[in-house]
Amino acid sequence: MTGKNPQAVRAGLKPAPTIPVLTSGSHLERLLREGRFVVTAELGPPRGAERAVVEKKANLLNGYVDAVNITDCQTSVVRMSSIASARILLEMGLEPVVQMTCRDRNRIALQSDLLGAWALGMKNLLCLTGDHPKFGDHPGAKPVFDLDSIHLLHMLKTMREEKKMLSGTPLEGEPRFFLGAAENPFADPFAFRSRRLAKKITAGAEFIQTQIVYNVDKFARWMEEVREKGLHKRAFILAGVAPLKSAGMAKYMKKNVPGMDVPDTIISRLEQKKGGSTAGRLEGIEVCIEIIEKLRQIEGLAGIHIMAIEWEEVVAQLVERAGLLPRPQGRG
Amino acid sequence: MIVARPKSFEDIKKLIQNHKKVAVMGCGGCVTVRSIGGQKQAEELAALIRLWAKREGKEMVVTEVTLTRQCEPEFIDSMKERVGDWEVVVSLACGVGVQCLAERYPRVKVFPGVDTTFMGATIEAGLYWERCVGCGDCTVAETGGFCPVARCAKNLMNGPCGGSQGGHCEVSPETPCVWQLIYERMEELGIGEELDGIRPPKDWSVRPQRMVMEHLRVEKKET
Repeated sequence: MTGKNPQAVRAGLKPAPTIPVLTSGSHLERLLREGRFVVTAELGPPRGAERAVVEKKANLLNGYVDAVNITDCQTSVVRMSSIASARILLEMGLEPVVQMTCRDRNRIALQSDLLGAWALGMKNLLCLTGDHPKFGDHPGAKPVFDLDSIHLLHMLKTMREEKKMLSGTPLEGEPRFFLGAAENPFADPFAFRSRRLAKKITAGAEFIQTQIVYNVDKFARWMEEVREKGLHKRAFILAGVAPLKSAGMAKYMKKNVPGMDVPDTIISRLEQKKGGSTAGRLEGIEVCIEIIEKLRQIEGLAGIHIMAIEWEEVVAQLVERAGLLPRPQGRG
Repeated sequence: MIVARPKSFEDIKKLIQNHKKVAVMGCGGCVTVRSIGGQKQAEELAALIRLWAKREGKEMVVTEVTLTRQCEPEFIDSMKERVGDWEVVVSLACGVGVQCLAERYPRVKVFPGVDTTFMGATIEAGLYWERCVGCGDCTVAETGGFCPVARCAKNLMNGPCGGSQGGHCEVSPETPCVWQLIYERMEELGIGEELDGIRPPKDWSVRPQRMVMEHLRVEKKET
């Protein structure tokens, strides 16, 4: 047993040594280190065992993005596992970013599943705390949260660089993931958000995918703090974007999604668009393209992450119209 | 102090409906302070059971009794002459008291009359709020006197998460985000930079926990 000396444990985690470049073999990591403006997108696995659903969604993204995030039961709704879905993508020749939350697994299961993910060929890992089960389809589930996202990052970084488990047990073969984290620049307290980002980077995050940006001005202020602290030089920052389908969706997200900042100017723009749901969607795409164009002007931003929730077919259009095609080749 | 909420009378009826000799046992400890399971509540519940039994035409002898504390052997032992008169005891004590009775008196059925909810504080009359989970490893010295284990829905050691909005928790808008409170307090105290360090994973101690205080045990043996 380890971790039984609370005083030694509380002395604090030492930052793991600086990462050697390109240890993961990840295509995403290579593009970012080459200074390319990258595009990633999100794929939500099915609420069932149907492999073809994953394949269909992956085909919609193939060739339009540099890597595909596979969500881990997002909003605490049971879906096919992110590692299994990521393996399907690998077999199709796409590059997955495995998302892993601390909601459902303790430190034993997290390590075990991620050792397996590396063995199955996954190179990119997004470490998340996860939503509370209350928001999902099994609200009575026991929330685990044995670790938080910062612990998860540090654990994987230590595995990679010291070849040890969290317990200190030596590994027979270490996972060398390119490590990512999420950050929500729109949550409170605002003054602490970039400081918390710094903690994630110190713990091991090399790339950051942010919450969806609608309020570009507030995001730009957060990026100013990020640059002041030099964090954009210690990790690659990808801004989250998502097209809105209607004014109703925009209002719903503003009201019900914690930490979602949708400015009224965007809502009224969608409201004024007459012509039914198609017109609303087209305007939503226009808004999203404009946001991407504004984001690309922000110094220190390394890419965008498109979260077109259950609307994967829109990604190709967004990427093309935002002038982000063709994507660089040479994966694998 | 331990906070409990009364079980519904419907639930209590289901527990006792097939028995003829029932005792309702209050506790003079925490549940009395909260007006949930003390002498007054034991009398009220016993009266309610009698009325119901009479209306239903059930033969049921209902007794009420309140111990000073149901979690202390001396007080539990005081019932040993009477417990043979009962088939069922509905205990209004917390889960600790219920189990102490059940362990001491294996021949009687001990049912809980309350749902024990948490260790909490009185915020105002009638409003109680969880403050401690009894994790066995108190670290609130590092978090401005607020406990993220008991008061953060995700037990975060390095919060706040992305769901902290306007000072509230995403899980319940009535609940303050404890990490917002921690942040504000530590900034006020001028020790805000302590939050920039990474607090390691918690050592979730083996449950159930046991505590021995040798000096008290020795004294007891001598008397």
